[in-house]
Amino acid sequence: MVETALVDWSRLQFALTAGYHWLFVPLTLGLAVIMATMESIYVATGDEFWKRTTKFWMKIFAINFAVGIATGIILEFEFGTNWSNYSWFVGDIFGAPLAIEGIFAFFMEATFFAVMFFGWEKVSKRFHLAATWLTGIGAAISAVWILIANAWMQNPVGMEFNPDTVRHEMVDFWALVFNPVAVSKFFHSVFSGWMTGAIFVIGISSWYLLKRRETRFALSSIRVAAIVGIVGTLAVMFSGDSSGVHAAKYQPMKLAAAEGLEEGGPRAPFSIVPGVEIPAMLSILATHDVDGYVPGINNILDGYTTPDGERHLSADEKIERGRIALEAFASYRELKDSDPEAAAVARQTLDENIEYFGYGYIDSKEELVPPVTLVYWAFRVMVYVGGFLLMLMVVVLWLERRNRLKDMRWLLWVAMLSIPLVYLAGQAGWIVAEVGRQPWVIDGLLPVKAAVSSVSVAVVQTTFWLFVAIFTLFLVIEMRIMIKAIKQGPNIETK
Amino acid sequence: MKSRLMAIWNFYVEGFRAMTWGRQLWLLILLKVVILFVLLRGFFFRPTLAGKSEEQRIEYIGNQLTKR
Repeated sequence: MVETALVDWSRLQFALTAGYHWLFVPLTLGLAVIMATMESIYVATGDEFWKRTTKFWMKIFAINFAVGIATGIILEFEFGTNWSNYSWFVGDIFGAPLAIEGIFAFFMEATFFAVMFFGWEKVSKRFHLAATWLTGIGAAISAVWILIANAWMQNPVGMEFNPDTVRHEMVDFWALVFNPVAVSKFFHSVFSGWMTGAIFVIGISSWYLLKRRETRFALSSIRVAAIVGIVGTLAVMFSGDSSGVHAAKYQPMKLAAAEGLEEGGPRAPFSIVPGVEIPAMLSILATHDVDGYVPGINNILDGYTTPDGERHLSADEKIERGRIALEAFASYRELKDSDPEAAAVARQTLDENIEYFGYGYIDSKEELVPPVTLVYWAFRVMVYVGGFLLMLMVVVLWLERRNRLKDMRWLLWVAMLSIPLVYLAGQAGWIVAEVGRQPWVIDGLLPVKAAVSSVSVAVVQTTFWLFVAIFTLFLVIEMRIMIKAIKQGPNIETK
Repeated sequence: MKSRLMAIWNFYVEGFRAMTWGRQLWLLILLKVVILFVLLRGFFFRPTLAGKSEEQRIEYIGNQLTKR
């Protein structure tokens, strides 16, 4: 039995590094689109103002990129050291495809990044513009496989477990790539980056307006960013809607936890805040049907039958089948060399129950419920903050078009102070996705307590605090460099 | 071909030479790479399965998964 402390510290360590990594990725994704749009305007109009505007945001992009680069590598280290059972068990999905993608994205970014920064006076305008767009596309591509892998962990499809190698092996590449969870997750993540970039640019530009500096630059930046941000937010809403439907279908416990829904049923209500509900709204969101059946936490634990007659096993039944699968796996390993016939029977039993393999590690059904309060509030923070930011961008764009924005100083303050909010919404989204699927690393197949390596808790604690120190240091350095660059400004009006 | 490669090489060399604020960022990247790969990877993140053969890894993970 592994120590609870080891599982908790390993999870905390991974959450810290993943959360830190996600501070930089969305801004890279969003700023890339915004600066490429600005450069497109420059190429279309020939107006030098847009070139200088693009160059300034490119500088901010570079600072963020430099500090964010390689933060994802730490997660790879942790897979090998702290999550070795998991890393081996998942098999093909990590490893080679992730490495190929990393190398491809690295060379794509290294090539076009260099053209973007070194090539202003050396390549044609159109070639430079192509390089800027391709840098952004490269950044988005580098998110593809890791999100496919993450989606597989939420909804394992296209792979089969091989007890001889103790690994999963790919049997249907396209099922893996077009896993519905992967598709909505990719668009949700990438477009949330557009939101982040937009709010960041609007916030910084608002600061210039408050300081009565760089007025044309700030207003023009706000216009482009708000349009990109509104498009991104609408796409986030559509992909978020798909994510909700997928959660209802593949991870009903996550959805029930996000709603704090103990007893479900048809016409399930959506909770605005505890005690305030919209009748039938959850059924509409989760099933696109006002009478759609949404199970609650207790229904999932006790087992339920949907109105179309599909029976879902209770937690106790799943745990029982999980134990059968685990015992069959152990028997197969023991007998495969000495008694092939008995091993074949064990293998068949394993195959019949593999869907519930992970339940064999579960001691009590209460373990199957994720931390409801955290997931419930994280979901609300994500949605409400996202809604507020959409409204902010619409209002800011509307006032900018009517030439009234620069006089609305309170709104400029609100816009500037909204920068941390967009990061809060992004982190809250990942809390919903990752805490909401607890206790699973791979849904139904591997819980965190079986996935973690047998390493010393003290080492995990040491590296956790080491990360806190290093990450804080780098974050302070980045913010200092960025603030210095922002204070210096684009200096367009003095040129 | 050779002149094309030289042109690409010169493009990068001149680009790096002409950098102003970018030097600070490269220093930051180098510092981070050293911390990540030398300090963290070297001292704290030894892969659990390192040094084991394929068979030993299968045996090790199989035991880990069945004896928990």
